[in-house]
Amino acid sequence: MTGGRCVKFGDSVNTDLIMPGRYLVSIDPAELAAHVFEPLGPEVQERVRSSHVIVAGRNFGCGSAREQAASGLVGAGITAVIAESFARVFFRNAINTGLLAIAQPEAAAAAEDGAEVQVDLAASKVTTDGRSFPFPPYPASLVRILEAGGLIPYVAQQLAADGAR
Amino acid sequence: MPATFAEKLLASAADLPAASAGEVVDAYPGLIMSHAASWRCIRTLERLGTDRLFDPDRIAMVMDHNSPAYTAKTAGDQKLCREFAASHGIAKFYDVDAGIAHVVLMEDGHVRPGMLLIGTDSHSTIYGALGAAGTGVGFSEVAATWVTGYLWMRVPESIKVTIDGPLGPGVFAKDVMLRLIGDLTADGATYCSVEFGGSFAQGLSVSERMTLCNLAMELGAKFAYVPPDDVTRAYLRERGVPGDAYTELFPDPDATYRQEVRIDGPSLSPQISCPHTVDNVKPVEAVAGTRVDQVFIGSCANAKYEDLAQAASILRGRHIAPGVRLIVTPASKKVVQRALDDGILSVLLESGALVTNPGCGACAGDGGVMADGEVTLSTANRNFRGRMGSYQAEIYLGSPAVAAATAVRGAIADPREFTPATEPAVAR
Repeated sequence: MTGGRCVKFGDSVNTDLIMPGRYLVSIDPAELAAHVFEPLGPEVQERVRSSHVIVAGRNFGCGSAREQAASGLVGAGITAVIAESFARVFFRNAINTGLLAIAQPEAAAAAEDGAEVQVDLAASKVTTDGRSFPFPPYPASLVRILEAGGLIPYVAQQLAADGAR
Repeated sequence: MPATFAEKLLASAADLPAASAGEVVDAYPGLIMSHAASWRCIRTLERLGTDRLFDPDRIAMVMDHNSPAYTAKTAGDQKLCREFAASHGIAKFYDVDAGIAHVVLMEDGHVRPGMLLIGTDSHSTIYGALGAAGTGVGFSEVAATWVTGYLWMRVPESIKVTIDGPLGPGVFAKDVMLRLIGDLTADGATYCSVEFGGSFAQGLSVSERMTLCNLAMELGAKFAYVPPDDVTRAYLRERGVPGDAYTELFPDPDATYRQEVRIDGPSLSPQISCPHTVDNVKPVEAVAGTRVDQVFIGSCANAKYEDLAQAASILRGRHIAPGVRLIVTPASKKVVQRALDDGILSVLLESGALVTNPGCGACAGDGGVMADGEVTLSTANRNFRGRMGSYQAEIYLGSPAVAAATAVRGAIADPREFTPATEPAVAR
């Protein structure tokens, strides 16, 4: 179970908005967190940093393949993004950096800006304002990556296990 | 069972007899590209606790963004890549002189029909121009694939786009794609493989095929594909790749498509993508006259030799408008060489253009960014807020012909009004 207060965005939030290209010189989530959503101004940035969940419309994370869009959100304390739909590269990068990305249009529509949103990965449901919204379970291989905290820790575990065998 | 291109390709890359849309397979890319993100991959590899690579010959590194380095940090990152490539036997290492990864790898014969490629760049869909399947991934995924050799891939559904030709004068592949993105919207092909066909695509130059497949990313596509033909084979042959070095893949005639779309080329006018989303597309007539401060001819979408030639055909004997900056960033060193040899570079320089070193340039926010309130007409593939400097600046996207016409007018202009044969040169 993960979640907390949410901040809500509209459709087509692109990765240049989430993490401007000029900051890709870093891969440190803590450093990147300072620049998350910078083009939208300090007020939005502060709201994101004081939230744990992002709720959004269609095509969240469209644009550049920059992984720092996902890892910067992780650095800013975001643990899950609930959207109507995701751009495919952002979806991969989210899983690979241990960020839950859940396409659940009804939950995305129902969650009010600032509301509490909880995600139960084991039960495959999003809860907000007393209502639960099921989503199709993640494939087992993706759950293993998420449980390890991302792709790199997961592959490191696998390599270590192979080496020990 | 009849199969699409994507189904056949992923079955082949996963060494399976067949694969169907929706299935998740472990696919082995034939080439793993990383660009300016290469140092991030190397730093991430350190966290894996091994540097034993699955196959160094499947790795390509190209220093294209932020090149040559303009900060000591970037210089250090590039040095790390240079040394890593040397110590790990990565022969396909291209330094800051080479140009944009996508174009360089195709020009050098590393991309072949039937191949799966992944790259740390969303516009990796461009490889479909040679009948390959390319897609963008993050740097962690590249680092992991360097070691394991494979990654999970969901077999995408496919969309068939039929483009009827010919296009009218002054109308190009860029206009076709902007119209398609405007019609289908920026997520119209999310997770799908886009297969191009129709009389326009048949016999089309590889350069224009690159523009088609590159821009497919702006529909959210996972792969893009133009069926290989004699044009593909000749392009590869000229680059030392014989026909027996690859296996062409074609969709079955009765394959299943999620959607079929048709574009009527002959009736199409030049198209402009307006701020701040690529799918905010209008015909040039609707935005002609919009004042610009800068024109940028660059990017993996439209800075190839044919693109510079397209711009030069309008700029020849003309001069850009006073106060406008025209920045031309050729896609690769080979493009520079060819444009130098046949005088295209002189035409650009004489028209008032600044010609920079090859690479990503202003599209990646490098050189040629904007101040508050400024406007650029760019031949690139993205117009997101803040992508070229100030968050308070605007980017319009169009073809190289639109860019040239716009530079001459100082405002967005219709290239059809500049047909070289019908309008006399403007005095300098």
